[in-house]
Amino acid sequence: MQELDTAGLGSVRVTRQSDTVVILEKDLATEQMVLAMGPQHPSTHGVLKLECLTDGEVITQAEPYLGYLHRCFEKCCENVDYPAVVPYTDRLDYLAGMNSEFSYAITVEKLLDIEIPRRVEFIRVIVAELNRIASHLVAIGTYGIDLGAFTPFLFCFRDREIILGLLEWASGARMLYNYIWVGGLAYDVPADFLKRVKEFVTYFRPKARELSELLTENEIFVKRTLGIGIMPADVAINYGWSGPMLRGSGVKWDLRRNDPYSIYPELDFKVPVPDGKLSVIGDCLSRHLVRAWEMDESLKIIEQCIDKMPSAEGFNPRSAIPKRIRPKAGEVYGRAENPRGELGFYIESDGKSTKPLRCKARSSCFVNLSAMKDLSKGQLIPDLVAIIGSIDIVLGEVDR
Amino acid sequence: MEEGKNISQSLQESAAAYSIIHEKFGDAVSAFDANETMPFFEVVDTSLWTEIALFMRDHAKLKFNYMACLTGVDYPAEEKLGIICNFESLAVFNHKLAVKVKCARNGGSIPSVACVWHTANWHEREAYDMFGMTFTGHPELKRILCPDDWEGYPLRKDYKVQDQYHGIKVPY
Amino acid sequence: MGLLDAGITRHNMLVTSVDNVLNWARLSSLWPMGFGLACCAIEMMATNASNYDLERFGIFPRSSPRQSDLMIVAGTVTMKMAERVIRLYEQMPEPRYVLSMGSCSNCGGPYWEHGYHVLKGVDRIIPVDVYVPGCPPRPESLIGGLMKVQELIRMEQIGISRADALKKLAEKSVDPQIIIEHERKGVGA
Repeated sequence: MQELDTAGLGSVRVTRQSDTVVILEKDLATEQMVLAMGPQHPSTHGVLKLECLTDGEVITQAEPYLGYLHRCFEKCCENVDYPAVVPYTDRLDYLAGMNSEFSYAITVEKLLDIEIPRRVEFIRVIVAELNRIASHLVAIGTYGIDLGAFTPFLFCFRDREIILGLLEWASGARMLYNYIWVGGLAYDVPADFLKRVKEFVTYFRPKARELSELLTENEIFVKRTLGIGIMPADVAINYGWSGPMLRGSGVKWDLRRNDPYSIYPELDFKVPVPDGKLSVIGDCLSRHLVRAWEMDESLKIIEQCIDKMPSAEGFNPRSAIPKRIRPKAGEVYGRAENPRGELGFYIESDGKSTKPLRCKARSSCFVNLSAMKDLSKGQLIPDLVAIIGSIDIVLGEVDR
Repeated sequence: MEEGKNISQSLQESAAAYSIIHEKFGDAVSAFDANETMPFFEVVDTSLWTEIALFMRDHAKLKFNYMACLTGVDYPAEEKLGIICNFESLAVFNHKLAVKVKCARNGGSIPSVACVWHTANWHEREAYDMFGMTFTGHPELKRILCPDDWEGYPLRKDYKVQDQYHGIKVPY
Repeated sequence: MGLLDAGITRHNMLVTSVDNVLNWARLSSLWPMGFGLACCAIEMMATNASNYDLERFGIFPRSSPRQSDLMIVAGTVTMKMAERVIRLYEQMPEPRYVLSMGSCSNCGGPYWEHGYHVLKGVDRIIPVDVYVPGCPPRPESLIGGLMKVQELIRMEQIGISRADALKKLAEKSVDPQIIIEHERKGVGA
């Protein structure tokens, strides 16, 4: 047996049997191939471009390229008044407009130091949690499509339409609401709103169960996600992960619980983290499970809010809204738990202008996505799709 | 009232964390700005920034393991650019602190902390993209949101948008 | 058996013009390119999903520009994306149609003034046939826009240009202002 060197073209192991040469193993020369994925690709969830360096089917390096949806959020903020920023925050994470507005509103309120009517807080939490469910439904539905399951997508969008109908009833828009204003709300909720929300909660409980039967207990789905893209907890923290991504790695961290805002301290809900029985902690399946569990917790929060809701008598949703928002000079960093993680706003006010001097959005997707390079190393190309889907990016928030 | 007490407690924690840093680095860091909304201190000796960052992450009583945000800011009046970092000791002590680092407006540079927190990697690229300060020691400092051949730094206060980009009219 | 079948079973024959058959075939299987850019893409997805079900019009998104004949520009086009949009448009086979969905791709939307990196209207780089206003447009208005594309295809003939077809369509359609005024009068009376 001997090894022939074929001058850089790989090696061939051969052996001799009497007079003939028998090739035992051919290790042909391989070349790394650059594979561009996106910006127009059905499974990049928008206009993300990934430049993958592949060795056959294995990815040696995947470099994300962003900015294909850079809509100059921060420049717009510096040029409009404080209340006029709200519609722009909708367009950050367009799947969870209410949550983005909520985050912005509490940040400016922190700077203004104003008291909010209690009913406003309850309505805010209800619409934000409804939107969280809608957002997770899209995340789960599109994740199903990525992995080849089309039916859950239709189921998810069917139920999401009901939530959108409710939110449209309250705010007048299906997706980008401009409902939560700094200091209050645009309108009070309609008369029968709470009754309908309660009906939705009872309707949705079994549907959520059905959805998890379709996906979470689906052999193919589990095979595609179990043990893929594992992220240990300490690295996840160092990467600045938050939300379901961080909880998927087993860190029990939820801003609603750990840095409470609004009325969340009064509400009873769990912070679900994977226990390692159904999934490997930190893998794609864990992150999916956390989202599925969170929908249940959101339903619980909504129910409690409806029960504890103060009456609408003499209630004016705009009573605490300042006539002219001009905060004292200072800086603030405020944040809230979005469906995708911590959405923070850094706002600097000079005390003279009605426009923010600087308004930076700390986007959870941007930070979560930055771990892509580490996550994808050594994975197969189909697994790359599973990993992107589990990060659940919204490009509007990544690029701002 | 309850909430007011809470906030001042978090302020005390931040002040305690600052005093540990001040003890070690002395005049390299400025005095503590104890405001309720975002308590911060400034790094005066910019060259020590990476060392301070490592100290903040690894000291047994600080453990700022989580960088929440890194914001680039333009200070045209002072002829300076700066970054503001919000830190938190996630799931260890839960105290928070913000740090400001400033550099000259033209050709200024700040030491990179991308080796300390991975979060800083993309955020520093974004700050470079928007303001044009360089981060020394950054693994790959290039534009992240704007195209590579974009002119100017958009978030500077005196930014004028270019007329054409690859033959396409840019202004409305 | 549909109405059409009932009409032709007796003689098993149908007399029509080539234009009509071609147009009918084209407009009843519009394949848009699944080209989501921003918020509007989610509404486009919702239109494709269960409640609005675009497939009943024969509209089914394709992932490749080479298999599609309609481009729905759903969302904000940025300067970085503009060149990709042109390239995708050029990869589509003729006859191709472009529907600009939402304010951002119509004219820059909320980013028209301060959005330095936003392309103010996709019609600056590729020809647009139908504009759908809204931020984002409701699924109903997207379906309305797609109906408009179908009407445009119906106007086409062998030997006449797209511009002429658009002119014919404009002559045929009613000015919305007339309807608005008519409605206002009705409310007043």
